Amino acid sequence: MTDAAKPWSKLVYYGLGSAACYVALFANEQAVMATFTRTDGVYWLLPVATAFVISYFHGGFTGCFWEVLGVQAKRPVPKDVTEAEVEE
Amino acid sequence: MDPSLFIELTFPSVAFLLVVGFIGGLVSGFIGSGGAFVLTPGMMSLGVPGLVAVATNICHKFPKALVGAIKRHRYGQVDIKLGLYMASTAALGMWWGSGIQKSIKAAWGEAGSNLYVSAAFVVVLTIVGLFVLRDAIRIHRAGETHDEERIGNLARWVRSVEIPGTMVTFHVARTRVSFLFILPLGFATGLLASIIAVGGFVGVPGMMYVLGAPGLVASATELVIAFVMGLGGTINFAMSGFVDIRLAMLILLASLFGIQLGAIGTTYVRPYMIKVVMATIMLIVAASRAIVVPVYLSQLGHMAVSDATAGVLKVVSFAFMVAALAIGALIIIGAMVRGHRTAVAAA
Repeated sequence: MTDAAKPWSKLVYYGLGSAACYVALFANEQAVMATFTRTDGVYWLLPVATAFVISYFHGGFTGCFWEVLGVQAKRPVPKDVTEAEVEE
Repeated sequence: MDPSLFIELTFPSVAFLLVVGFIGGLVSGFIGSGGAFVLTPGMMSLGVPGLVAVATNICHKFPKALVGAIKRHRYGQVDIKLGLYMASTAALGMWWGSGIQKSIKAAWGEAGSNLYVSAAFVVVLTIVGLFVLRDAIRIHRAGETHDEERIGNLARWVRSVEIPGTMVTFHVARTRVSFLFILPLGFATGLLASIIAVGGFVGVPGMMYVLGAPGLVASATELVIAFVMGLGGTINFAMSGFVDIRLAMLILLASLFGIQLGAIGTTYVRPYMIKVVMATIMLIVAASRAIVVPVYLSQLGHMAVSDATAGVLKVVSFAFMVAALAIGALIIIGAMVRGHRTAVAAA
């Protein structure tokens, strides 16, 4: 992969998103913990939603991170086999 | 919020979570599970109460498994249908296993519960680990490490059993089996997850040796099971306010780097390496739990072990667990580097 073809813009997008999530979480640590551990209502949704949002941004960032460093998968994607092949 | 449940973050504790998170992620990306057996006791040694440690671990596990499953799905290694079938039956096993745990704790207390967990670790991981290791050695001796995996006799028989109305075809796993075989396998995976938090130690070998799925597909599909069960577990614990989101997201910060690398690694190594890594980790973890069995027997009054000896045994046991994860990671990185060199030389 040439340097120009590397996903720099995605890296920046996901990286900024990930950093913003972590800054928001730890800059408001006390309030976050007090709210996220409430057992009334639907506050249990908050840790679950946070995990999903961070996995989107940070998952995207870490994927681009290795790609930009040149660490990429080797094999081509194999095709799914057909019903007949499975039954063989 | 009960402040006593949640620890102050310090540099050593954050560094510990990041390092173990990265290595655990690397192993999970490669064999489908791993890290939980070090993270939970590791967090407890930092002062996190047991229930919060379990809840926090499971909250980092489901997003990690989601990212890993998406990555390996792109490589064509995930059988989503098989993962969902296994996860639905694993939920039953987990529910039943939790009931057993509660009964044991009520009858024999904390020491009885710990002994039960350790005995399960030792018995299950020794039997399954030796079986997987024997198969890996057989493949190595036969010089078949570069070949497509052969389907064993058990899986061949399971595939041959036709029970009308229960047959299910799994295209990515390249198998067609009766749902009645998946039911006990998923159940056992969930049961083990409820005891030792790593159901994959039964689920992955089960998918390989009972259903006949290739190792790469079995380990990747385990991530789907981990995601579904982890999400359910997180919701359950979050409703009781036990999730420490700070610790969970700190572990996730490092583990997503690891899981991406582990997933990439599967495309460079020979398929039998999944078995080598899995067997190695399982057997070292089994040894680590066997070391502390005398401590729990002593607490139940069946053996005499001094406090000093018990302390030493617990430290040695934890060191073995860390070693299991570290050795697994080293084998993965070594295999990746060799695979990369071979690929570069062939290009």
